[in-house]
Amino acid sequence: MHEVSLSLQLAAAVSRAARGRQVRVVYVAIGALRQVVPEALEHAWVFTVRGTPLGAAELDLDLLPAVLTCDECGADTKLGPELGFGCAACGSAATRVVSGEQFTLTAIDIDIEKGTCDGTFPPT
Amino acid sequence: MGRFHRHDDGTVHAHEHHDHDHIHEHQHEEERAELIGDHSGYATGRERIEVLEDIYAENDRFAAANRAALDAAGVRAVNLMSSPGSGKTTLLQRTLAALEGRVRVGIVEGDIETPLDAERLDGFGAQISLLNTGNGFGGECHLDAPMVARALRGLDLADLDLVIIENVGNLVCPAEFEVGEHRKAMVFSLPEGEDKPLKYPVMFRSVEVVVVNKVDLAPYLEFDMGLFRRNLEAVNPGVTVFELSARTGEGVGAWVEWVAGGI
Ligand SMILES: Nc1nc2c(ncn2[C@@H]2O[C@H](COP(=O)(O)OP(=O)(O)OP(=O)(O)O)[C@@H](O)[C@H]2O)c(=O)[nH]1
Ligand SMILES: [Mg+2]
Ligand SMILES: [Zn+2]
Ligand SMILES: [Zn+2]
Ligand SMILES: [Zn+2]
Ligand SMILES: [Zn+2]
Repeated sequence: MHEVSLSLQLAAAVSRAARGRQVRVVYVAIGALRQVVPEALEHAWVFTVRGTPLGAAELDLDLLPAVLTCDECGADTKLGPELGFGCAACGSAATRVVSGEQFTLTAIDIDIEKGTCDGTFPPT
Repeated sequence: MGRFHRHDDGTVHAHEHHDHDHIHEHQHEEERAELIGDHSGYATGRERIEVLEDIYAENDRFAAANRAALDAAGVRAVNLMSSPGSGKTTLLQRTLAALEGRVRVGIVEGDIETPLDAERLDGFGAQISLLNTGNGFGGECHLDAPMVARALRGLDLADLDLVIIENVGNLVCPAEFEVGEHRKAMVFSLPEGEDKPLKYPVMFRSVEVVVVNKVDLAPYLEFDMGLFRRNLEAVNPGVTVFELSARTGEGVGAWVEWVAGGI
């Protein structure tokens, strides 16, 4: 829904991590409970970085399921797209979310032609 | 394959781009903690840098600062959410009328496009702070903590007991953004249908109170309250429910006691 603002925040974090180096891939882990629409995020990202130093950076999204743990029987339940919150094993509603709220910039791939040689050697 | 390049930490990876013989420093070698140790699986010419930055962390820092500012002033804050038109502003009119002269209330008004909601809340002796769209996370679909931080600066917290934040009408993302509130509540209204807890479980699960509004419309709708309550219970067991009509005032008292509770 707010994929444009997420893109802007993400781009700021990537820029900080990149320190001027050319970024090629941006790895993001996104939990299902963040309700992010991947296509909308990809689209917003292209729009956000176009014409900026991050213009060549592509997103690599790792979409993580929401996982509940049941307080009654201890089973873990992976949530499907309908995001019901009952335990799949025993049906209990006494569950806790143990994963699915991530929105983490996990890593970036940078070119090592740029910035890595500190200008000491001319690039070939 | 290019030459291998050895990092101080003993990892090795290949370069394609250097045909000069050299010892050089990677910029990131000053910050090796950020490196993933093994670059060997890589195509040459690229390098992966581990970052592990939680993109919501900044929002959460602002939320914690907001809560600290409220706590320092002894003010309790409620984040009131709903889909558009469920009746948040109408309920707030009732709430302010009931609390006038008893509890000092400040409103953070999330209608960022127009002054309409704020105007409706005028005249009850409450302080009202309008929000401006920031360039953070927030905007037309939800309030974020930096926006609320700015709005709180427009309130004299020392002169308040309670702040109610009317969030943007939206059942999706407002539930994901802490803004510094102590308690979350939402308004649901009968015309929205019994299935909404199942369709928007993240929202319905995030709150401790669900106001079921527009009960005055029950005679005109085929709303199955039992089914709604079962659906709600499935996503948020034990949640407190207040059935009321913000229009007629029926049932509003229990909500008012809850919202003013702990003050
Ligand atoms: N019949 C009936 N109508 C209501 C009730 N509460 C609110 N309304 C009407 O519902 C419409 C929307 O109410 P608002 O209070 O503006 O709803 P809101 O949640 O603040 O809306 P947004 O801020 O735009 O998301 C208005 O026409 C209200 O008069 C109610 O209890 N019964
Ligand atoms: Mg309103
Ligand atoms: Zn179970
Ligand atoms: Zn090199
Ligand atoms: Zn390296
Ligand atoms: Zn949003």
